Amino acid sequence: MDTVRLVIDGKEVTTAAGNTILMAARQAKIHIPTLCYHPRLPVSGACRVCVVEVEGRPALVASCAMPVAEGMVVHTKTERVLRARRLVVDLLLASGDHNCLLCQSNGSCELQDLAYELGIESFRFPVDSPGYPKDTSNAMIERDLNKCILCGRCVRACNEVQVNEVIDFGYRGGKAKIVTAWDLPYGESECVFCGECVSVCPTGALTERQAKFKARPWKLQKVRTTCAYCGVGCQLELNVAEGQVVKVTSDYRYGPPNFGSLCVKGRFGYDFIHHPERLKTPLVREKDSFREASWDEALELVAKKFSEIRSRYGADALAGLTSAKCTNEENYLFQKFFRAVLGTNNVDHCARL
Amino acid sequence: MTNSISEIERADVILVTGSNTTEMHPVIGSFVKRAVRQRGAKLIVVDPRRIPLVNYADLWLAPKPGTDIAWINGMIHVILEEGLEDKQYIQERTEGFEALKECVEAYTPERVEKITGIPSELLIEAARIYAKAPAASILYAMGITQHTKGTDNVKALANLAMCCGNVGIANAGVNPLRGQNNVQGACDMGGLPNVFSGYQPVGDPQVREKMAKAWGVSRLPEGPGLTLMEMIQGALDGKIKGMFIMGENPMISDPDLHHVEEALRRLDFLVVQDIFLTETGRLAHVVLPGASFAEKDGTFTNTERRVQRVRKAVDPPGQARQDWEIICDLSSRMGMAMSYESPEEIMEEIRAVTPSYGGITYSRIEKVGLQWPCPTLDHPGTPFLHKDRFTRGRGLFHPVEYRPEPEEPDEEFPLYLSTGRILYHYHGGSMTRRSVGLVERAPACEVEISPEDAEKLGIGDGNRVRIRSRRGQIEAVARVTDKAVEGTVFVPFHFAEAAANLLTHSHLDPISKIPGYKVCAVRVEPA
Repeated sequence: MDTVRLVIDGKEVTTAAGNTILMAARQAKIHIPTLCYHPRLPVSGACRVCVVEVEGRPALVASCAMPVAEGMVVHTKTERVLRARRLVVDLLLASGDHNCLLCQSNGSCELQDLAYELGIESFRFPVDSPGYPKDTSNAMIERDLNKCILCGRCVRACNEVQVNEVIDFGYRGGKAKIVTAWDLPYGESECVFCGECVSVCPTGALTERQAKFKARPWKLQKVRTTCAYCGVGCQLELNVAEGQVVKVTSDYRYGPPNFGSLCVKGRFGYDFIHHPERLKTPLVREKDSFREASWDEALELVAKKFSEIRSRYGADALAGLTSAKCTNEENYLFQKFFRAVLGTNNVDHCARL
Repeated sequence: MTNSISEIERADVILVTGSNTTEMHPVIGSFVKRAVRQRGAKLIVVDPRRIPLVNYADLWLAPKPGTDIAWINGMIHVILEEGLEDKQYIQERTEGFEALKECVEAYTPERVEKITGIPSELLIEAARIYAKAPAASILYAMGITQHTKGTDNVKALANLAMCCGNVGIANAGVNPLRGQNNVQGACDMGGLPNVFSGYQPVGDPQVREKMAKAWGVSRLPEGPGLTLMEMIQGALDGKIKGMFIMGENPMISDPDLHHVEEALRRLDFLVVQDIFLTETGRLAHVVLPGASFAEKDGTFTNTERRVQRVRKAVDPPGQARQDWEIICDLSSRMGMAMSYESPEEIMEEIRAVTPSYGGITYSRIEKVGLQWPCPTLDHPGTPFLHKDRFTRGRGLFHPVEYRPEPEEPDEEFPLYLSTGRILYHYHGGSMTRRSVGLVERAPACEVEISPEDAEKLGIGDGNRVRIRSRRGQIEAVARVTDKAVEGTVFVPFHFAEAAANLLTHSHLDPISKIPGYKVCAVRVEPA
């Protein structure tokens, strides 16, 4: 592999040829802020937050898009660079309704973080929010385009990662916005609600509707696990607050098999977990209905009945269906129970269905 | 899957058949779409429905339902005719090629066109594209397997792949996409009547001895047990008296439901362990409350054989318990103490008795799961199978012949019915139909019908219709759509109130005992 040597903020850095300045800086643990850049997405170089100064070049360059070159000398924190970044963020703050107090994403917003990092204390330009109505056309994704900074991450996520090809930039100039075909709300569009757009949105423009007012981001505990729907086995995070799963997210850094992508079921189909109809006690049949029973009563009854059937008709009069929904450990124990304890190989599951 | 999910994105050609990938395995669907849009891979879709992937495909072949063996043999015929097979691979790595050659001789593109309805020039083009690819991946799902000749369908696909040297190399393979989160694991763990964990046959005395010793019992049953469908029949016949059903809902997912209900009602004793009171649970004598995936620790094994961690995030509701604890408790009450501190301890036992899981420990899969076979602690796992040699040595061609369906459309029942899933719901629906967002997208059972058939029958989009077969009838809302091709309707099986499996027949594949869910004959009329 060809390597290139360059200097970033006075530090000598060696990196693979073809890498961008941003990648080289991150390898060297030098922080450059970004906004439209996302490691899972193709580079667009649109927001100019990651600009740096390269000696010998008259203009600032977007470090996310500029490949390194041998002998390059880069400065990431000069006053000129910081001024340019502040201008970008000041303009973004003025472009929409960035009221953190009333925002679902308060505490997990990259624009907010950036304003803080750049030491911005007040709105430099008069705020001119476009005043779009909120898109509440569906139960899963809420869109508030007044908080959209047109970074285009959602567009790339939809078109280049999921390749659902549902959203794109629409209109022009000051009227530019992210649109579905015919500019319909999500609920009436071709959207399949994978939520990839939500997962990469840096602000509160795209949020999970059911998670609204459930918990502040810093109160959430994320538990990594494996999705319970199809056989892909996507890695996801159950976001837990006060003993309840309130949101599902993922992370591209978990790697295979899904590299952070999810589908509508995995991301939004979690409300069965705390559904009021969940079974909470053992039930024992009494004529045509059930009554609640203790574990002792229920399991003693099962043990007694299975033993009776076995001694009267033989073990092969018993049969069991184990579960493609349960864990390996549970399936293993279930077949062990049938084979070693009950004494029959009559064990199967719905692999064929 | 012989190969890994990530490899799909690097295939030169992807042949998708009997898999509505973007709806059933949406994340894998994205790998396919990225391969096409970003890497220029060629995509061939062979499916009687105009599934969403057709919009990304170079070729769409729409065979008449149940004619898969004919088009697959037809493709092999063309490949051999034009000398496009991988001769060196066939010579060095396979056997039985002459018999295959003889078998496919009769499957000329013209004859295949008559059987399948696929224009001969499309078949020839598909064969050429597939055969010329350095690495071609076949993806399939229940559209191939859920037939009375499902096993033969799979063999035919394996023949096709081996002819072109596409098994045992990266980015290729024969890749079944499994429908349930842990259906692979349930099979791997011996949740089958004829094998212990790791597919070790119950009929092998040495294996039995090993397992008996590990489990501390003097003997284990010898003969293979009954499959699910045979259990149902056994219950009807009075041979099966008691059943224990854990986390399954055969009252929605099994064919010919009247039959299933009658069978379960005949049992002396039925125990159902689940997280909701399902249609099956309502028939039980005892119902045990289990835990959902969010409430337990353990592992699932995905469709690419990757063993991954499941982690407890919240407590089960009320007195509900983790399913493994319930089994241990019951076992102890029946005279064999099962005491495990944690699922991790169970995994330690699994790996001790299961060669393919021998190297899998919780600490090794903490961050990224491992793909079996993974026999030892220093084994890195196996991204693709059959590298350099097949399990049996040489890959054996299994010539298979096309046979007509047990039930074809006729005057009384003039349409093909195919059943399956939709994007927004999952299996028996006990999870997804309790989810606000998913129910909003798909609140009720819709039957997909082509504009041509709808017009003939005087049915408009959104009308209520009745669908009848020889076994039963259901009502649903008509969705008139180009996704359906003339002559075939599609009904999802998620909806208990319009259970598609009241219509399906219970003819099984003779080997796998899978029901033929993808083909039966129905009549549709305004309700």
